[in-house]
Amino acid sequence: MLYRESGQYKTSYTADQAIFPIREDRIGMAILLIVALAIPFLVSDFFLNAIMTPFLILALAAIGLNILTGYAGQLSLGTGAFMGVGAYSCYKLTTIFPDTNIVILVMISGLFSAGIGVLFGLPSLRIKGLYLAVTTLAAQFFLEWCFIRIPWLYNYNASGAIEVPERRGFGDIVLTGPSAAPMTQYFIVLAIVVVVTLAVKNIVRGRIGRQWMMIRDMDIAAELMGVRPLTAKLSAFAVSSYLCGVAGAMFIFFYLGAAEPSAFSITLSFQILFMVILGGLGSLVGSFFGAAFIWGLPIVLRAGLPAVGIGVGAETVFHIATMIVGALIIFFLIVEPHGLARLWSLGKEKLRVWPFPYG
Amino acid sequence: MRLKCLIAGTVLAGTLAGAALPAFAADELHVPLFSYRTGPYAGSGIPIANGMHDYLTMLNERDGGINGVKIRITECETGYDTQKGVECYEQVKNDGALVISPYSTGITLQVIPKASVDKIPVLSMAYGLSAAAEGNTFPWVFNPPDTYWDGASAIIVDIARREGGEENLKGKKIGYIFLDAGYGREAIPLLEQLSSDLGFELMQYPVAGKEMQNQSSQWLNIRRDRPDYMIMWGWGAMSPTAVKEATKIRYPMDKFYGVWWSGGNDDAAAGGDAAKGYRTLNFHGVGSDFGAIQDIKKYVVDAGKSEVDPAKFADNLYNRGVYNSMLIAEGIRKAQELTGKTVIDATDMRNGLENLDITEDRLKEMGMEGFALPMKLSCEDHSGHHKVYVVEWDGKDWQKSGDWFSPDVEMVKPLLEKAAEEYAASNAPWPERTEPCLN
Repeated sequence: MLYRESGQYKTSYTADQAIFPIREDRIGMAILLIVALAIPFLVSDFFLNAIMTPFLILALAAIGLNILTGYAGQLSLGTGAFMGVGAYSCYKLTTIFPDTNIVILVMISGLFSAGIGVLFGLPSLRIKGLYLAVTTLAAQFFLEWCFIRIPWLYNYNASGAIEVPERRGFGDIVLTGPSAAPMTQYFIVLAIVVVVTLAVKNIVRGRIGRQWMMIRDMDIAAELMGVRPLTAKLSAFAVSSYLCGVAGAMFIFFYLGAAEPSAFSITLSFQILFMVILGGLGSLVGSFFGAAFIWGLPIVLRAGLPAVGIGVGAETVFHIATMIVGALIIFFLIVEPHGLARLWSLGKEKLRVWPFPYG
Repeated sequence: MRLKCLIAGTVLAGTLAGAALPAFAADELHVPLFSYRTGPYAGSGIPIANGMHDYLTMLNERDGGINGVKIRITECETGYDTQKGVECYEQVKNDGALVISPYSTGITLQVIPKASVDKIPVLSMAYGLSAAAEGNTFPWVFNPPDTYWDGASAIIVDIARREGGEENLKGKKIGYIFLDAGYGREAIPLLEQLSSDLGFELMQYPVAGKEMQNQSSQWLNIRRDRPDYMIMWGWGAMSPTAVKEATKIRYPMDKFYGVWWSGGNDDAAAGGDAAKGYRTLNFHGVGSDFGAIQDIKKYVVDAGKSEVDPAKFADNLYNRGVYNSMLIAEGIRKAQELTGKTVIDATDMRNGLENLDITEDRLKEMGMEGFALPMKLSCEDHSGHHKVYVVEWDGKDWQKSGDWFSPDVEMVKPLLEKAAEEYAASNAPWPERTEPCLN
């Protein structure tokens, strides 16, 4: 009733090929965008700083991994390290060019990550599946080693950590550093994530994205039809690492404020991988669902369990939250192996015929 | 079905909003404790968390709080993970937190720049950034009674004493095995400086955080290099592993020094009888023969209000947690005295910590005579560089070995000043101190 596309006729190819061809979807997106813009004025700083901003950043990282694993079919365990490359290059860039706007530097730092990603993507031309996962694991460990052992990367800081300096831009607004307002940082992250997601959506719908999917579904057939595996696979690695790099730079500059190499450990790689698997392989909206689920649920449980009187010690709440998240992951994988994105599209199908399913 | 989902969702969102914005009750003192009872560092984290929690609970039970105002103790589990630590910080920041105790050098480094903006003091008791002792650069950070650099210097002082003078260190080999993270690296600049000043050779053996339970390669190198002395900066599962490996290669344990954080009872006990003689620094009493500790037993442990395992009550790290909480409580008391109010805020707390002056009489009053030395902080000096002593493991417990002695303050002080300047320069624009000095 509410969500029905009948009667919406497309009279041009442009209208037919739009990202959101259905009017209700466009309205939904507009509402979502308004909500996203209104949220900072409605919620506490804690909610904004500890939930919304990292959620958006991790969603972008999940999109990055989804390009590689979900669209191009190349399993990667090096996401955390690629995020690290973005963070460290952004840190180096901003110390070398302190006057350049940090948003520009964040976008540029993704390029370094893309370069490293292409380099470690080269083995994918020869090896597939689990074996490729092992080589990306090697990238993870090697890059982590670099972050610890190459002091130039962290400007010879005695603690081996990178600390985000204060940077201003867009007039004299504080963008990074401890005195930046959570709202400013949220809006910057939101803008970057929205713009990049739109760009990625268009790449995925276009020629390049179709090549990736052909490679994923059957690489020999794709090759016979004229897709070059070299460009297809390496472009997937490049785009994926670029997104991860941008996400990593934002993670440090707009969320954590300082980082030790352990922030980019294998744990982060797995966290992102879980987001992708749970959200849905090969789906952009799924990346957002996955990120919200994996990042948000433990915080909601930790804040919510004591509020309803469950759990005594902080560590008990922590254990319970971990167990619930683990159980839910297994539950979802059994009930809906295609992830939350599939649930979402099923919901839309149902909604389309509601309230007369047999009509 | 959808209606039910909607209701469930609304309830969940409501709970979340309610939990994210807890009501701020005015007549209490909120002391958040960042603890880690889970993860690879829980072995060290649990006794610390218990000690800190129990002392504050004891004040609530015995005295009804501090000057009649109850202390609200909240624990936030960090798992020694910096990401979660930042999340905990965000959570307590708007909840009237008086002081932040991160209990991790990594988390301390993250919150130092935030502290001066959010106006919440950070008490990193004998850990964190050594340079933070410079109160004029870091008005919001405190690291009494000693910095890591004092610790490293004190170990070298003790080694020099045993060798019969600093000049005899020339040509000696001293090994440094450390957790390869912010914590373990903190002491390196000072040790390097001492090595070039005194002429001993410093050999470094980093242990990566995720491989801290597998140190055989490091100890194989140590067996080959045969350093005359070993110094350890270990934490969590790293310390017991190192002690065990040291006994395995039959390293002379009386030449093996740990910083105060490597002095857990479980750390040394891992080496069994062979670990006898293992030495660590200390700055508070061991055992339970102190009035304050007995009060904790009476009011908290025996009353079933503690999570501590009775067999591990008053072990070395537990007492350190007690010592840490004592500093917090004394800071609050001082702040109340300065402002004349009983309910204080974080800014008052900063003044309280800065003017902290724990005298011999006050220690006696608290039932901590012999447990700690008198200590005093000032606006310039947020650490105090106090005296420490060495404890030796006798196979069952820690025994005091030798008297209290001072680290080489003349040597450490100028280095700290330089490091503070460097920190401020590399984090430019670092805010100038605007907080008035009350002492």
